[in-house]
Parts: sequence; C-alpha cells; structure tokens
Amino acid sequence: MAELLKRKKALSVSPLKVGQPVGAALAFLGIRRAIPMLHGSQGCTAFGKTFLVRHFREPIPLQTTAMDQVSSVMGADDNLVEGLRTLCEKARPALIGLPTTGLVEAQGADLQGAVRCFRERHPEYASVPIVPVNTPDFAGCMESGYGAAVHAVIDCLVAPAMKAGTRPGRRHRQVNVLAGAALTPGDVEALKVLLEGFGLRPVVVPDLADSLDGHLGEDPFSPVSTGGTPVSELATLGEAAATLVVGASLYKAADLLRERTGVPDYRFDHLMGLDAVDDLVAALGDISGAPVPASVQRRRAQLLDAMLDTHFMLGRARIAVAADPDVLNGFDGLLRGMGAELVAAVAPVRTPVLERVSATHVQIGDLEDLEHAARANGARLLIGSSHAAESARRLGVPLLRAGFPQHDRVGGYQRTWIGYQGARQALFDLANLLLMQDDHEIEPYHSIYAQKSG
Amino acid sequence: MKPKDIAELLNEPACIHNKKSKSGCAKPRPGATAGGCAFDGAQIALLPIADVAHIVHGPIACAGSSWDNRGARSSGQTLYRLGFTTDLTEQDVVMGRGEKRLFHSIKQVIDDHRPAAVFVYNTCVPALSGDDIEAVCSAARERWGVPVVPVDAAGFYGTKNLGNRIAGEAMVRYVVGTREPDPPPAASERPGVTVHDVNLIGEYNIAGEFWHVLPLLDQLGLRVLCTLSGDARFREVQTMHRAEVNMMVCSKAMINVARKLQERYATPWFEGSFYGVADTSRALRGFARLLGDEGLSVRTEALIAREEARIDAALAPWRECLRGKRALLYTGGVKSWSVVSALQDLGMEVVATGTRKSTEEDKARIRELMGADARMIEDGSPGALLEIVRESRADILIAGGRNQYTALKARLPFLDINQEREFGYAGYEGMLELARRLALTLESPVWEAVRRPPPWAAGAPEPAAEQA
Repeated sequence: MAELLKRKKALSVSPLKVGQPVGAALAFLGIRRAIPMLHGSQGCTAFGKTFLVRHFREPIPLQTTAMDQVSSVMGADDNLVEGLRTLCEKARPALIGLPTTGLVEAQGADLQGAVRCFRERHPEYASVPIVPVNTPDFAGCMESGYGAAVHAVIDCLVAPAMKAGTRPGRRHRQVNVLAGAALTPGDVEALKVLLEGFGLRPVVVPDLADSLDGHLGEDPFSPVSTGGTPVSELATLGEAAATLVVGASLYKAADLLRERTGVPDYRFDHLMGLDAVDDLVAALGDISGAPVPASVQRRRAQLLDAMLDTHFMLGRARIAVAADPDVLNGFDGLLRGMGAELVAAVAPVRTPVLERVSATHVQIGDLEDLEHAARANGARLLIGSSHAAESARRLGVPLLRAGFPQHDRVGGYQRTWIGYQGARQALFDLANLLLMQDDHEIEPYHSIYAQKSG
Repeated sequence: MKPKDIAELLNEPACIHNKKSKSGCAKPRPGATAGGCAFDGAQIALLPIADVAHIVHGPIACAGSSWDNRGARSSGQTLYRLGFTTDLTEQDVVMGRGEKRLFHSIKQVIDDHRPAAVFVYNTCVPALSGDDIEAVCSAARERWGVPVVPVDAAGFYGTKNLGNRIAGEAMVRYVVGTREPDPPPAASERPGVTVHDVNLIGEYNIAGEFWHVLPLLDQLGLRVLCTLSGDARFREVQTMHRAEVNMMVCSKAMINVARKLQERYATPWFEGSFYGVADTSRALRGFARLLGDEGLSVRTEALIAREEARIDAALAPWRECLRGKRALLYTGGVKSWSVVSALQDLGMEVVATGTRKSTEEDKARIRELMGADARMIEDGSPGALLEIVRESRADILIAGGRNQYTALKARLPFLDINQEREFGYAGYEGMLELARRLALTLESPVWEAVRRPPPWAAGAPEPAAEQA
C-alpha cells in the first residue's frame, strides 16, 4: 500500500499533468460525428488540438468559444450560444461536447443556463445533443477530465430504465464497455476482438478504436469525429447483459450508468498483466456462458512462456513510472507480477487507486520529481510520455513510452498494452530495453605494469 | 493588462492597414476559430531565449499541453527546454494564493537553475482573479537580484499576433537598454572590415536554420547583437538598443519592437526574409543599403555572387524534378510571400497562398510575386483548403503541422512549414533542404499506392490475369 506524498514545490518543473479539458475533448472524440468545443479563450483549444494532433497524427476536430476580454468580464453566454449555432450550422454534428476551462470556471459561468438559452433561441437545432461538462484545468488531470466527460455523456443521453423502458439483458449478447483514458485505441480494438471471441457484442463508450485508430478513410475531410460510439447506441445501454468498466477513473460514471439502467457491471482497475486479464476472461465466460476460445487459451500460454523468458531481466529490475493514476496502476500490476520493483512512482493528481500501487510511496508531482526519485533510487528504466525523454537522457537510462503525449515516436496510440498479447509484447519490450544497457559489463582494468601502449 | 494598452498594441502605427482605417486585428468567432491566443503568441515569441526560466503562471492547460515543443534550437544553454508552471490548483484560485505561489516559484527556479533572468507569463485565470504579477515580479527582482520580467499575456486578451506584440513590448520596456554590448573580441578583427552591429527581430532559429545564415553575416562583418529570439541569451536582448540596423525577419509579428527601437534609438529597420535565394540576397543587400558602408556593399555583392552560383549549381538536379509542380501554400501571414519566392526559385508554381493573418502590405507583396490575380485564401478550414486543392489541381499542400493530416487524409503530398518542423529552410543552404524535402514527398511511391483501388474492387485489373 503506497503512501501518497503531496506536491511539495511551488513551481511545477517539466509538468506531467495535462489538463482536464483535453481529457474531456478526447472522450468526446470517441463518439461518432461529435465535436468538442472548449468554453474558454482560444488558446486552450489551439494547444489542446496541437497536443492531440501530434499524439495521434490525425486531424482533430476541436472548437472554441473564443472568449475575449469583454466576454471574460461581462459573461460569455453569447459566445457559447453563437459557437453552438455555428457548429450546428456548419458541422452538422451528432453531438457537441462542451468542456469548460479554467477561465470560465473562475468566472463562474452558468453552463447549464447558457445551454438552456441556446435551446430557447435555436429550437431548430433541438435534435443535436449538447453535453456540457465542468472540467476546470486547475483541478484533476487528463484522466479525470475524460472520466467527467463520460459521466456527462451518460447523464445526458442514458435515460433511467423506468422512463426509457429498457430492461437489462433484453439484448442478451450486448456488453457495454466503459473504456477509460488509460486505454489506447489499440487496447480498445483488442478488447472488442476478445469480446467477439465469446460471441458477445461490445458497445464501447467512448470508442476511440473506431475514431482515432489511424485509418485512412474514403472521406478526405470531416469537421466532426470520423468514428466512435454512435449516439443512437447510447439508448441501448440499458438493454445490455452486463457492463465492463475499465479504469478506476470511470467508476463514478459506472455508478451512474448502473443506477440509471440496472445493468450489472464488472469493474477492472486496469487490464495489464496476467492476473487482470484472467479476471476479465473469467468474467466474459460468466456473461456469455461460452467456453474460453482456444485462441485465447493459446495467447495465455504464450504470455506464460514470455513471463518465464523475461523474468531474468525483469526480476528485481528497478523501474520508475510517471503517468496518470490508472496508467501508473496498470504498469504496477504488470511489473508486480514479474517481481520488478517500482522504485519511483509519480502521478499528477491524487486518486484512491494510487493507494493500491505497490511502491512504498507515490509522489504527486512532475517529471522533475520523477527524475530526482529515479536517480536517488537507482532506476534502470523509465516509463512515461515523450516528455520524459529528456529526463531519461540525463539519467542515462532507456524510456518506454506510455501515456500522453507521444509526439516523438509513431504509433504510440495504436500500441496494445492489455490482454495476454499486449502484456507479452510489453514484457518483451521492457526486457529488451534493459538488455540494451551494457551495465553488467566489467570495466577493463589497466595494470600499472602493463607494457601495452593503448 | 488594461484595455487601453491592448488597444494601443492592436493599433500598430507601423502597420500599413492601420493607416487607412482603424481596423486593428480581426476578432475571433466562437465556434469557428483556429489559432492560438495571446499567451501562445507571447510564449512562442520569447521561449527561444535559452538561458531564461520561462514560468507560466496559471493552471495546467497553458503549459501542460504546450511545453516541450522543440522547434527553436539553442547552441548552448538548454534551460528554455524545461517547462515551468505554477500549476494553480482550485485551492490557489479560491483562496487567492496565486501570487504567493508565484513568488515562491520564482525563488525555487532561481535557487535550482540560476537563470540569467526569469520571465513570468500571465494567463487567463490569474488575470481574471486579479493577480498583480507586475508587483510580484518587482518584489522578486528586489529580493533576489535577478531580473524578473512580467509578460502580461492572458489568452482572452486576444490573438496570437497580439501576444507576439505583448512579448515584444515587454522586452522593450524591461530588458532592452539595460546593458552595453561587449567590445568585439580582438581575434575577430579583420583589416578593411568595419564591424557593424545589427539585430534580427522575429527570427526563431527553427530547427537551427539560422545557422545557415549566421556564417554569412560573420563573413560580411555584421555582428548580430541579438536575434529576437532564436538562440538568444538574456544578455544579448539587453544590448539591442545599440544596433545600427534592425531586420524584421518574421513580417509583422513583432513590428512594434522595430518601431519602438527606431523611435527611441533612431535605429533604422527593414523587413526581409531568409526563405529563398532571391529573398536571402535581398536581405543581405538590405543591411548594406541601410548601413551605407561602401566596402560592405562590395563584399556583400561578392558574397551573393559566390553563394548564388554555388547554390544554383547544387539546386539544378532538384529543379529538374520540381519544375512545374503546383503548390498550394497556406501559412500564417508571415510566410505567405517569403515562401512563395522560395518555391518559385525552385521552378514550382504557387497556385494559391493563405492570407488570413496577412496585412495589406503582405498582400501587395504577394501580388508582386504571383501576379495581380493571385489567389489568396482567407478561409483556411480544412474543407475549404481541400476544395481549392481540387480546383487548382495542386500537387502538394505546404502548411503548418496542424494541416498535415488534412492533406494526408486526402492522399495529398504535404510539407510542414511551421515552427514544429524538424528541418531548416533558411538561407541558401536551407533551399537545398527545402528542395530535398519537397522532392522526397512528391516523388514517393506511396501516393500511387494509396490512391489505387484495392485489387478486389470492381474494375481493378485481375492480378491473376496479369501473371498469366
């Protein structure tokens, strides 16, 4: 059980944290034909957009209410109404996500009121769902912003079973999946394949595997997300046999979904490493009543073999991780299963899941904290985003890229970490990075009597 | 920042378009706005000053998703590559502890990194809650004896362009003129060569491209006191008032700096670009012209003749494969004309250029280069760009990184021209790189491969039949 150490510096150096609005925007991008519009000044959107574009190497639909000095002081409801109208008119979206930023939150805007005002003034766009969500960047981090957006989507678009007339299990093959911010599009895709192997029909919310998986589509340009969960599917969540929840950051959203629909849920803090995946596979067996497919059993056997092969390098390996809480906890699960030691762990914000991490303590902090702890505790490998590359270079140790952003490599978004196969590849990569370090070589010794000249 | 000060920055007398009507810069439209805010502009303009600790005072959004954008290169110091932010929390905002956190942050960064100076960037939330960063900066300056410069550039003040000017204003007000230049090193003296001091304003040394140009200036005896702000040091910015000539490299971004230096120190300035052979030569002649040094003019002409001959020969094979290729250029106003001339040097045809952020003067320049009916693009939305690509049968889109995937998704070759790029295109040598990158993408076999229908699609040739 890790002790959580509070942020101890005034200044954040080499920030690890990414703001909530970016996380919320990402979640909305997993809804089909959606566009998020950040309520704030235009820089929040410009930075967020560039951030996501560079990570995914995809065009990212993202708009702004473009608040200026007057609207910052006098109220920005008109900006919001005009922005919504412009989006409805120009982009014809199936859904508009409306995350707030620090500016409007500090201003104290009445978000719901402004949306009501838009509804009154523009009844012609009544059919476009608008999902407001409070995501000030002075609280939480990317993961919590993402979680808040998923919560808001459910709140706006999943009606209580009584009212909607839904019944759990009516669609007995359907399984809802609430997919957390720690999952890459590659992870979500692997999860869907796994469910389908059990004859189940996954409805993933949000489905980044369908929108930001990096596919070359027929349509050269789209002002809205090119894939994701269809809005119409959200009405069917109450008919599913079960809900899988992946990531502790979505438990609040899961509570709401269960309360609304009565669909039983299975919760997973993460899906990294043998134990977590075994739990998932067992749950899928329960839900479907089907035997575990031979292919899945084979993958499991392969992982077991890989664990044997890599335990030589990973056993007692000293590893440092900096990431959002769910990602950090996932790696902890994977590494703990291999006997590796988490000698430095840093997360941007405090969440309950961090207490379950195996490290003696988790620092709430930045990449400078990671670098200091990694140096002090002799870490031989870092796990973190591309921003940690400089730290790794200064420490002279390799970096395994995970989390956000990954802008100095290609394909980070598509990497699969979960499942038997994902775990196997992660173990190989970790072991190879450790093998590449020649730190086990013995330094040559030059005898004082040697007659050699060089 | 007071509305009066913002209005003054927007109403830049040196901008041609302000001589006609007081339009200032256009207001962003909710729901249909691209581009950064004032903070973005201010940070981009000053961040390359390498030995300064740049502290972003605000919650995480401002620094969290923007730090470590490694465009501008440094030849030594790397402090600017570290991201510093006060990362304000809800508690700070509610309890009004922002100023205190900022004060301690400045101390922390001075203790840990011994920066030449600290720049503090104000952002939306503390600007709204009323943190007095100017007072905090001056208190910190007095307490620790390190220059601490407030850059009051909250995002809601306006656009990126305004932010550039706010940054320039802060330099002129707080930094320029606070130190005299060092005497030139004795070893640099050459008989018959009078050394002239110059500044380059708006040169960011993206991907190190200014290092293609700097050796030439050395050869001519032009000592660069400061480039604002590529590969700059704080102590260089301090001496900018002593330049004999200023060159505005990046069009209008920091035009207020050039104008104010002229007002205060009577330093003449000219506008130029290092993109393209013709423009590079024109820029070098610009220095000689304003300095009025006969010997310098002679040396400049000799250098231009030598370099142009050299690069012309080196570019010949590349011109061969680029000739007649049609490019659609969409960048911020700055490069709307300077890159046009570079592409034309390579024998390419520029079918249209973006002018959303261009001034009337930029547009006049474009007409000069591309003819009276040059196509100018105001609406840079992805849909509109692709429509123009189709109409104009462009072979390649040259734009900022944000449009990269617009092009690639449309199966269209693309070249990144903005600050995040990894390649330097400035100077004569940079042209070679530009030609190489253009040819690399235009000649790639992948375009044919992604445009070809899959073998099983109707109408596709039967592979089996071909084999038989």
